[in-house]
Amino acid sequence: MKNSGLITRRGAIIAGLASVGGFALARRFPKVLPPTCGNVLRMGDSFTYGAQRALLGQSLVKEYSLQDVTSFPATGTTDPGVTVKSELGESYRRLQAGAFADWRLSVEGSVARPRTFSLADLKQFPSRTQITRHTCEEGWTAIGQWTGVPLSAVLDAAGILPTGRFVVFHSYDDWVDSIDMLDALHPQTILAYGMNGRDLPIQHGAPVRLRVERQIGYKSMKYLKRIVVADKFDDGGKKGNIQNGWAWYTGI
Amino acid sequence: MAEAPGGSGRAGGVEAHARWVRISHWIVTLSVLVLAFTGFEILMVHPRLYWGIAGNDLTPALLELPISRNYKHRGYDQPKPFFQDAAGPVSASRTYDIFNQNGWGRSLHFLAAWFLVVPGAMYLLVGLFGGHFRSHVWPKARELTPRFVWRDMVDHLRFRIPAASGGPRYGLLQKGAYSLVIFVVAPLMVATGLTMSPAVTSAFPILLGLFGGYQSARTVHFFASAVLVLFVIVHVVMVVKSGFRRQIRAMTVGE
Repeated sequence: MKNSGLITRRGAIIAGLASVGGFALARRFPKVLPPTCGNVLRMGDSFTYGAQRALLGQSLVKEYSLQDVTSFPATGTTDPGVTVKSELGESYRRLQAGAFADWRLSVEGSVARPRTFSLADLKQFPSRTQITRHTCEEGWTAIGQWTGVPLSAVLDAAGILPTGRFVVFHSYDDWVDSIDMLDALHPQTILAYGMNGRDLPIQHGAPVRLRVERQIGYKSMKYLKRIVVADKFDDGGKKGNIQNGWAWYTGI
Repeated sequence: MAEAPGGSGRAGGVEAHARWVRISHWIVTLSVLVLAFTGFEILMVHPRLYWGIAGNDLTPALLELPISRNYKHRGYDQPKPFFQDAAGPVSASRTYDIFNQNGWGRSLHFLAAWFLVVPGAMYLLVGLFGGHFRSHVWPKARELTPRFVWRDMVDHLRFRIPAASGGPRYGLLQKGAYSLVIFVVAPLMVATGLTMSPAVTSAFPILLGLFGGYQSARTVHFFASAVLVLFVIVHVVMVVKSGFRRQIRAMTVGE
């Protein structure tokens, strides 16, 4: 082979640079990456998470105008009162019968002042209205107007302890999911109680759902019940994404 | 191939494939196969294509592909208008149990994409600055005469494919096809793919403007992938016609 010495050296340099890059990324994010449990797909997700956090910074997603609002399919759970067979479904039915007057959102974990918020409490906070694109993992998109309270304001009211790194959400349709503190404190991450100028409909997560605009739709959890600030990554066990075969981070 | 008369053996002075070309070729090959497979799975979950920013089961599709049980399933309850205007946007709840294997499909797609993007970017850099593109891939001005183009086209149409040279002495149409894939289709796949990432477009909203919205990018992503699959098929046919064993050897161990 012609030039084989030169090509070998060049190949070695490229391979070396690539591995140094990989190690540098892994060293920079040893504590913030969720454990992969040896699953190669989840390792890929973690690599994407690290790369996006390292390269993209904090930026706002594009917001649209009212004329851009589109039809919006409701998928996944569309009424926990009907489909959730446990105690949770029954309590949701009771809350729904009382127009969610008795609904309370518990904020606990690594916070200085654990407490609960009623719907009226949440509406006391300065509200934020945003018209954003919902991007479903299935491939469809829809534009909706969301009104709610920035999650950061609620977390501030409870006082996040300096050890808090993740925010975990529990829902009435019996799911557990979490986001990192960067997404939790993002200005467009809101607890939405209104959609398209009205109360949030049942099929879209009444009375309050999460909006995490820089991730795929399933991170915007519906039917919120409880928020826990956590020091460590919590995969949510059998009620979470990872143990059900889904990515935890879905910025892509 | 105009210069090398069809025959056996390599003409004197023909180079073998460089090692970095061989390595990146097979990494990208594996990546593209996994991307095509998982990409098809992802498309099966929502086999509707749209143009613009938003599109879903409740809005009209540009194109609907009969590739899974999700094709035209129409499994929704009675739509309810969001606003006073009954003809405006509606909400409806899905009642149909769709096909959806995106849990592994998406993660494997993005894992494979890393093996396209990282070696692909290195390949582009080395190819650009190392002279590979200039001397082997990009058609030379003297080749781009109507006579050469015509002859290479006629040769291909008559299926007269010269035997493998075992290295980068590429024919004119071959160079054109490689250039199209390397400089147009593959970068377009990556750019439209990134346009579908909500985190990437929050940092680079220009991507949404460039392709006219998320759904336009998704549709371009699909058609570009179809071009890429077509290229792979023609590429494999050419490899078989020009001497399969020799070509595989040349791209694997070099000659």
